[in-house]
Amino acid sequence: MTPFDIITTTACALPLASIDTDQLIPARFMKRSRADGYGQYLLYDMRFDDNGEPRPDFPLNAAGAQEAAVLVARRNFGAGSSREAAVYALADFGFRCVIAPSFGDIFASNAVNNGVLPAKVSEADAEEILTLLQTTGADVTVDLRDSLIRLGNRTFTFSVDPIWRTKLLNGWDDLDLTASLTGDIAGFEQQDAAARPWVQLQGRD
Amino acid sequence: MTSGARQPRTLFDKVWDAHVVTRREDGADLLFIDRHLVHEGSFHAFNKLKDKRAKVRRPDLTIGVADHYVPTRTRILGEIAPDIAGMIRQLDDNCRAHDIRIFGFDDPRQGIVHVVGPEQGLTLPGLTMVCGDSHTSTHGAFGALAFGIGASEVAHVLLTQCLWQKRPKRMRITVDGATAPGITAKDIALSIIARIGADGAQGHAIEYAGSAIRALSMEGRLTLCNLSIESGARCGMIAPDETTFAYVEGRPLAPAGEMFERAVAAWHDLASDADAAFDRAILLDGRDIAPTVTWGISPEDALPIGASVPDPAAIDDASRASHVREALDYMGLTPGQALAAIRIDRVFIGSCTNSRIEDLRAAAHILDGRKARVPGLVSPGSHLVKQQAEQEGLDRIFTDAGLDWVGSGCSMCVGMNGDLVPAGERCASTTNRNFKGRQGPGARTHLMSPAMAAAAAVTGHLTDVRTMLRSGA
Ligand code: SF4
Repeated sequence: MTPFDIITTTACALPLASIDTDQLIPARFMKRSRADGYGQYLLYDMRFDDNGEPRPDFPLNAAGAQEAAVLVARRNFGAGSSREAAVYALADFGFRCVIAPSFGDIFASNAVNNGVLPAKVSEADAEEILTLLQTTGADVTVDLRDSLIRLGNRTFTFSVDPIWRTKLLNGWDDLDLTASLTGDIAGFEQQDAAARPWVQLQGRD
Repeated sequence: MTSGARQPRTLFDKVWDAHVVTRREDGADLLFIDRHLVHEGSFHAFNKLKDKRAKVRRPDLTIGVADHYVPTRTRILGEIAPDIAGMIRQLDDNCRAHDIRIFGFDDPRQGIVHVVGPEQGLTLPGLTMVCGDSHTSTHGAFGALAFGIGASEVAHVLLTQCLWQKRPKRMRITVDGATAPGITAKDIALSIIARIGADGAQGHAIEYAGSAIRALSMEGRLTLCNLSIESGARCGMIAPDETTFAYVEGRPLAPAGEMFERAVAAWHDLASDADAAFDRAILLDGRDIAPTVTWGISPEDALPIGASVPDPAAIDDASRASHVREALDYMGLTPGQALAAIRIDRVFIGSCTNSRIEDLRAAAHILDGRKARVPGLVSPGSHLVKQQAEQEGLDRIFTDAGLDWVGSGCSMCVGMNGDLVPAGERCASTTNRNFKGRQGPGARTHLMSPAMAAAAAVTGHLTDVRTMLRSGA
């Protein structure tokens, strides 16, 4: 996974609350193979009208949105379904960071597993950032080392779980670490099978 | 601390602690997973295994269930769209290749993963359970630690039977006081979500407690824990008791005989210690809870049936006002409109939230001898629920009322199998998400209990079911 430390990029403002994962990627696209890229389906029903034409007033269709790597939204971003495809859609579109006052827990964890930073800010800061993005240029710096967001001459702090921060900074994949712990897992299995034998299941029937 | 003295612990902590394989310096725990449920959507994770040419570590603890894409109107896969049939076959192939037990499309025990788990005795008190589905929180009804995970985590569990997790905070939601007739677990859950918000429990594990919770059947507890994710919680749990043990006993894959006795003895310890500390505690009075429905596009947009649609102009909080405006616009509602005046176009009774036998009985109780004014679908949570309902004659009540009695699956909860609410139509639904487009592009969803959905079917508009209850219920 690509490590995340500092990015400076265009930001896209999406001033909506509770953008759930059903909206980030509608269920009907989830049969597709990841190899085709999921970016084209990101927020599909908001981005396109009934005839499949881009809605001109939707922020992701604005000039420059294709280059944006930071998305800013209101509270409860990524609530709902555990579909990791929601993160695939964001990542494949080019987003590396979402700034919002709160995130669905499963979404946030999926994001980190794909190198995407869920940066949590206060509601007031989210509102200010959204306003600034409308008025000033849309260039923003997200600095994970110092947990800072810089926009024009304003600086905001964000929070991210320290465990996730380390993981993102190093581009770590959990599997690499767990692979070195096979002995511990086998030890647990053995001791637990004796302590809680009723948990065991027979194989396929 | 002196040796032998133990910090008082919550139910959640007891189950968590019993599964820690090792702890990392940064505080993350490697948790052992007792049950891993997979469904059609797990293909991304199986593909990752394929890339690594890796095997599933514990196929015996991994269970496949076909539900998200299964058709509800035919038993012949050749009759449905090839891309949907392909999803179902792919799960079959992946399970077979890895020697994983599967309740596939043609299995007489097939159903929605969160209905099948408890029904088959896979779900037990004190277990850790995961599934690539957010409503895995359902299984917490048994005092299991159960939560939804994403595809990367599914792959991690397939490969290692473990998961790195950071211990969430603990939150207790107590509901004391008996609820009135006609009030169900769904009403309790929607009232909680309306009170704390759709992100109100983010970062927390909920324990539900109190006399109103103890009084719930296993079916009701499953509904309540199912909806934990809709308040943003990592999971929801209820301490196991005699109701739980009685439900588990005799289930096909549950421990039996002397092993069951041993298990029950251990399960008796699965309760929060009297002085265990919670990071947050919320108290609700069961007597205050009315039949509750949603009017907007988030489960937190819920109100008692006697209330009216909110007016964004009267809301000070700019962000909330903007959400309400967006919701009313999508839902086609006017500020101040009485909820009970909202006309509906169809009903859906089903989903892992409300498709168990008790849910179907509650809906049938209202529909018996009455006609539905709108079309609708009744989809039992599993084949076995379907069979039982048919033995009890419930299917006849539904079809006599004019509703369609179909097969089991996720169906119109998410529309992946093609059971969709047409754009612009309004559906009274027993499901869990009223998100924009959840039941189909442009579909408008009102969440409610099975009895409330049945009442709406009869009158054609959102209705207080208490006016339609029959004596002797
Ligand atoms: S019934 Fe709905 S919520 Fe439940 S598992 Fe299926 S799609 Fe998910």
